[in-house]
Amino acid sequence: MHDHLLSLLIWLPIAAGIVVLLLGERNIGAGRWLSLIASLAALALCVPLMMDFNTHTAAFQFVDSAPWIPRFHANYALGVDGISMPLIVLTALMTVPVVIAGWNVITKRPAQYYAAFLIMEGLMVGVFSATDALLFYFFWEAMLIPMFLIIGIWGGPRRVYATIKFFLYTFLGSVFMLAALIYMYVKSGSYSIASFQSLPLTLTEQRWIFAAFMLAFAVKVPMWPVHTWLPDAHVEAPTGGSVILAAIMLKMGGYGFLRFSLPIVPDACRQLDALVITLSLIAVIYIGFVALVQQDMKKLIAYSSIAHMGFVTLGAFLIYAIVRSTGATQGAGMGMDGAMVQMISHGLISGALFLCVGVLYDRMHSRQIADYGGVINTMPVFAGFMVLFALANTGLPGTSGFVGEFLVILASFKASFWYSALAAVTLILGAAYTLWLVKRVVFGPVANDHVAHLSDLNGREFLILGALALAVLVLGIWPEPLLKVMEPSIQHLVTQAAATKIPV
Amino acid sequence: MPEPMMNLHVMAAASPEIYLTAAICVVLLFEAFVGSKRPGATGTLTLLMLVIGAAVTVAFADVTQRTVLFDGNYIADPLAYVLKLAAFLAVAVSLLYSRAYLQNRDILKGEYYVLALSALLGIFVLISANSLLTVYLGVELLALSVYAMVAFDRESGVAAEAAMKYFVLGAIASGMLLYGMSIIYGLTGTLSLDGIAVALSAPNNLGVILGLTFVVVAVAFKMGAVPFHMWLPDVYEGAPTSVTLFIGTAPKIAYFALALRLLAHGLAGVSVDWTAMLTPLAVLTLVIGNTVAIAQSNLKRMLAYSTIANVGFILLGFVAGTPSGYTAALYYTLVYILVALGSFGVIILASRKGFEADRLEDYKGLYRRDPLLALAMAMMMFSTAGVPPFVGFWAKLRIFQALWETHHLWLVVIAAAMSVVGAFYYLRVVKLMYFDEAPETLPETAGSFGVRLTLGLNAAAVFVLGVLPAPLLDLCTRVIH
Repeated sequence: MHDHLLSLLIWLPIAAGIVVLLLGERNIGAGRWLSLIASLAALALCVPLMMDFNTHTAAFQFVDSAPWIPRFHANYALGVDGISMPLIVLTALMTVPVVIAGWNVITKRPAQYYAAFLIMEGLMVGVFSATDALLFYFFWEAMLIPMFLIIGIWGGPRRVYATIKFFLYTFLGSVFMLAALIYMYVKSGSYSIASFQSLPLTLTEQRWIFAAFMLAFAVKVPMWPVHTWLPDAHVEAPTGGSVILAAIMLKMGGYGFLRFSLPIVPDACRQLDALVITLSLIAVIYIGFVALVQQDMKKLIAYSSIAHMGFVTLGAFLIYAIVRSTGATQGAGMGMDGAMVQMISHGLISGALFLCVGVLYDRMHSRQIADYGGVINTMPVFAGFMVLFALANTGLPGTSGFVGEFLVILASFKASFWYSALAAVTLILGAAYTLWLVKRVVFGPVANDHVAHLSDLNGREFLILGALALAVLVLGIWPEPLLKVMEPSIQHLVTQAAATKIPV
Repeated sequence: MPEPMMNLHVMAAASPEIYLTAAICVVLLFEAFVGSKRPGATGTLTLLMLVIGAAVTVAFADVTQRTVLFDGNYIADPLAYVLKLAAFLAVAVSLLYSRAYLQNRDILKGEYYVLALSALLGIFVLISANSLLTVYLGVELLALSVYAMVAFDRESGVAAEAAMKYFVLGAIASGMLLYGMSIIYGLTGTLSLDGIAVALSAPNNLGVILGLTFVVVAVAFKMGAVPFHMWLPDVYEGAPTSVTLFIGTAPKIAYFALALRLLAHGLAGVSVDWTAMLTPLAVLTLVIGNTVAIAQSNLKRMLAYSTIANVGFILLGFVAGTPSGYTAALYYTLVYILVALGSFGVIILASRKGFEADRLEDYKGLYRRDPLLALAMAMMMFSTAGVPPFVGFWAKLRIFQALWETHHLWLVVIAAAMSVVGAFYYLRVVKLMYFDEAPETLPETAGSFGVRLTLGLNAAAVFVLGVLPAPLLDLCTRVIH
């Protein structure tokens, strides 16, 4: 079973999604339960994935391989290491609340709604588990279609603009990555990512490939200045779409940097790391300020996501500055550890915050901060959760948000004082925009009649927010297991990123 | 080398053409004596003839090696075999889709089928052309049949206008082709493509370049490459949709064969010259086709510009100028035809008596009115945009690969950028069908069970070949090498 565990994780949700689609809107009762069972089953499949994961090796595990296009030496090759495994678990974990959150709320074409999310889940697991570049790209692009439909069909008033912008932005980034992948295939004769990683490339080639990767991953993360699709997409997307977008799709950009950019074009990364770090710091500081002035809750969290993802790219690319200032790679792993923890943690926290906004939106049909105030008086339990997630978003020690930011800032000290000083600004800005949001929405006297008539969380909402709160706290208090899982893979990645691939 | 004896065994390689000529006569006679009394019977007979034709081709024309017949004028090879089968399939499917459409417009006449079959014969002659004479014969047989098909709806003014444009411009292109051929004949003293390939081996000969220019212009005209594309949007828009479907599919196979036989084989020695000519054409075609398509409000016209954009990709395969590039162009052509069949098929099925569903706004909320049509159209659009898991993705990938192998960095960049531009107008169709609400006034769609099943299979093929692309990719590689 271990041989096909990853395949099962990919195809089980997709198959379930197709069945839900075929059951149609008339049998939506059965469709809903099937969706829930399938998403829970996928989560259950993650248990053996975590339990039997060997934390002592950087090699790929749970490997599954079959010839796909023999002429191109492209294989249906799957496998996980310490970098992809946590992201797969996150994917399975975040799909369940999305299914539950839509339970009674989605009344327009619900069968298609569930099917889209289940198919997305399978495709996203595929992205994280593919060890063949062509297969990776296949999943990476295929995923755009369900997301395009999710925003376009169930989104808000400007959904068409938002979804086409989302699609074209990501598509623009991806086609150049495809061109780079094909170039490396023509050179190496294989599409396996490992063969790309060991392929010698001149500096000129590396720079072009770096640019192509940068375009694809920077759009997805998203980094300033190609981030503008994200606030639009988030604001217009239905709650579930926002959750998946923030919790998982953004992580694909970070994953791409770790899996492709750093090990495949290390010399170009070494040369151009200042670019990535500068853009990351701009994201952290400038976007932090932008978040401060938002009137729309979803937009605020979207900008907060961009700022937090800035930490991911910062942590990933600190290695070269560390080597330059200390002469050794000691501490570089810490930056990457931080980037990874930040991804997982941000996945949980941003997902939870979007679910919180969804809870309010379902009741009031408004996302404007000005329409709220004093929610705590009528929804005390909800307020408790919202405050917890907000504090986690600011990086309060004891929550998962703290671990990632702390590791990255610590590593940036080794690189340069100024990096860490600038990165640390987020501690102030993040607290400012998040806590101010909470202050305006949750605290204070009841703002208006609508707020006065709000009802507190129902069992369904309590369940999903409670589970996520638990995850945020566990990861914050005891991150050790996650760090241990990543350790060998991160060390391997540091070696790869520090090496040179220029043929002599 | 002495010509092989003209015995029946050798002639078997030419059985598709021989059979088809006979079939045209049978259909014509049937129409004259039976079909005119029972409208529709000729169509059924034609489909039957096509199925038998495919069977005959499989039984007798499945050659394993190059066979040259009729004094070197005719060639049968595995490529021709595959192309002919593809043409049979494309014509059969397009006639199947068209039937109800023709009936609703009172143009369900036997002559339509006779013209379609003679166009198919022209396609076959082009596919198997091995001399300048046969090339010209095929080009004209195909073109003349198609001109008549465009004008088939006598009541329609736009169709007559489209046919006139097509005819006049097509005649000029034929003239160019003949003129170019005559120069090449004058320089080499032979009409045979094999002979020309031997005689012309040195590039940069001014006389050859002169002849080549006319030939390339004619090929570009036939394919619809910018700046010789002017006829294409008008013809696609003006012709009855069933004819647009016809000329948008099977003839593309013939024009691929035309470019391959003439340029890649006969004029292989001067490939440096013609790739230099095709490169700007391909780039212009990609850019103009994709950008102008954005501005269209008529779906047929938009798909016409999309065709032009796709021709740009096919030309890029020729620009690469390697067997790998030709393989890519062949694969792209076949994939394009599959998708064009589906998308024009949807337009036909969405149209009713007295109503042409050819404006983009006619597709608003199609999802609600007819989920199958909307799903099929969405798949076609995503496929042409080059999004996996649909087959169009592999077509683009294969072109990129051929360009990389020949170190065409800038062409890759332009092609990649243009596929993003293209994605915009394909997405707009999906948006109309899935995100917009349907106006109340649009008529219901229909289509018999068989036609809808065919459309479903067509869409399924786009998906299945997208997930498992290996067989078709292998086939294309095998027949080119």
